[in-house]
Amino acid sequence: MAKTAETADGSLAEGFIALQDVAKVFEVRRKTGFLKRERREVRAVDGLSFTVARGEMVGYIGPNGAGKSTTIKMLTGILTPSAGRLRVAGIDPSRERRRLAHRIGVVFGQRTTLWWDLPLIDSYRLAHRMYRIPDARYRENLDRCVELLELQALLDVPVRQLSLGQRMRGDIAAALLHDPEVLYLDEPTIGLDVVSKAKVRGFLRELNAERSTTVLLTTHDLQDIEQLCSRVMVIDQGRLMYDGPLAGLHEAGESERTLVVDLERELPPVVVPSARVVRVEGPRQWLAFPAGQSAAPLVARLAAEYPLVDLSVREPDIEAVIAKMYAEKAVS
Amino acid sequence: MGEVGEVGEVGHPGRGRVREAVREGVRAYLMIAGMWVRSTMAYRASFVMTTFGSFATTFFDFVGIMLMFSRVDALGGWSLPEVAFLYGLSGTSFGLADLVIGSMERLGRRVRDGTLDTLLVRPAPVLAQVAADQFALRRLGRVVQGLLVLGWSVARLDVDWTPLKLLLMPVMLVSGCGIFCAVFVAGAAFQFLAQDASEVQNAFTYGGGALLQYPPTVFARELVRGVTFVLPLAFVNWLPATYVLGRPYPLALPEWVAFAPPLVAVACCALAGLAWRAGLRSYRSTGS
Repeated sequence: MAKTAETADGSLAEGFIALQDVAKVFEVRRKTGFLKRERREVRAVDGLSFTVARGEMVGYIGPNGAGKSTTIKMLTGILTPSAGRLRVAGIDPSRERRRLAHRIGVVFGQRTTLWWDLPLIDSYRLAHRMYRIPDARYRENLDRCVELLELQALLDVPVRQLSLGQRMRGDIAAALLHDPEVLYLDEPTIGLDVVSKAKVRGFLRELNAERSTTVLLTTHDLQDIEQLCSRVMVIDQGRLMYDGPLAGLHEAGESERTLVVDLERELPPVVVPSARVVRVEGPRQWLAFPAGQSAAPLVARLAAEYPLVDLSVREPDIEAVIAKMYAEKAVS
Repeated sequence: MGEVGEVGEVGHPGRGRVREAVREGVRAYLMIAGMWVRSTMAYRASFVMTTFGSFATTFFDFVGIMLMFSRVDALGGWSLPEVAFLYGLSGTSFGLADLVIGSMERLGRRVRDGTLDTLLVRPAPVLAQVAADQFALRRLGRVVQGLLVLGWSVARLDVDWTPLKLLLMPVMLVSGCGIFCAVFVAGAAFQFLAQDASEVQNAFTYGGGALLQYPPTVFARELVRGVTFVLPLAFVNWLPATYVLGRPYPLALPEWVAFAPPLVAVACCALAGLAWRAGLRSYRSTGS
């Protein structure tokens, strides 16, 4: 099939979201003297190609400044690409920003779109009118969001009085009232407590399963990806470093989890197979072991041989995984 | 603001498209402005006080001019009712423009903190959304004060009112509002390039409004020339008012220019629309 062939629903045959050699170049002017300015080109996104099928839930990760936000901004029509071809639901986002807006939902984790001084419900009523959502559809979607995101008690509360977690749930509902086919989430769980995180994740899973909404999620929290996404894309310096399942990412990055053990007293570094001590601080020791491996046998072994007081497992953070991936690449 | 509608999209600027964009823009504007009015009502006492404050500030502004006239009989050859006529016209036009799109000066802040992006993902023209941002009914205070001064001056003026002069009154106010709106939009467009330029914009909007409160005869010829031919604020009140009052204009211009304000307003709005379009395009290609 030709690459540009469009299917009946208007999406490209090659994928619901499709990028081909997309680049975004910024010209940065830096002050170097009183009136002197230095011009420098920054390639925020550099030859990016990928497709996402309808109904996929994809984690889009990378260190700060890797080009994540720039990509999302191009996919939502905020920014115009410098080069390449980009389609979302068959629409060129930068050319038809407003038409696209009806088909996408966007949640910026750190910037609420809700009306600060008005009750939560007022923001939804505005969306109802602004997006021209048919009454029945609006009712149905609102009821559903209210139920699943537990917003009933919050509808009449001014947004400024909501907690961060409540506001995030409110924002997610606001982005979904017009039945978007794609949902972009930028750090949806940042700063949320454990309970709120669980609620948000549960809701997104259900949304994806029931409505087959395509979800593209940027995050710093590996657990978001673990619990939601079957596929993860890693971007660094504007290029796609990895595209595949999360497990593969750990392999590719040879990432390690950390077991923090508190012993009864100060001891020399413990000796156990398949883990190495990376840090000792008084009675506390940090052990690194491969992320693919279960912690259970290691813990059992430690408990049997050493006077254990407490322990905890730390997941590798994305930055570390990517840094490691990069180091590998440089070596090979 | 309706004159300029949505001008951010790259596309076929067909007439139907423009009309549709204007309709969409006005619709979005009214919705958002309504939300802001309701937000303000969450702090009712504050609203009452700031409205009164806005009225009082502008009121004392005029008191200053009256005090000046307690010392002199004329300013640049113009009597108090005549200066009040200029003041009322300028104040009302500027007040209307400030009420409708005055918050556009906040655009730079929105660009800096990234909240402009949240407007760009909504299915409404960005210009309308930015214009309605922080819509504040308290700005009516300035309009009311302008109209009061204008009414007082008309009652005191010794003018032979012809139908043409009467017709010119509403035309002046509407065109003046259009010219000031264009200045606001052009200033906001400039803020896409220089995000901390809201003070530059204020110099033209508030500064221009204040300038027009005084007769052209008190200013240097070069300034009058600039305000007539470069930034055509003279068409807000100076030129049509000299016709109504039967006074000579410092520059030799044909009489018909007194009736040019609507044309000047439309041209200014069109230029401002193009500037806005260029500004938004540059933002979307460079980010913040």
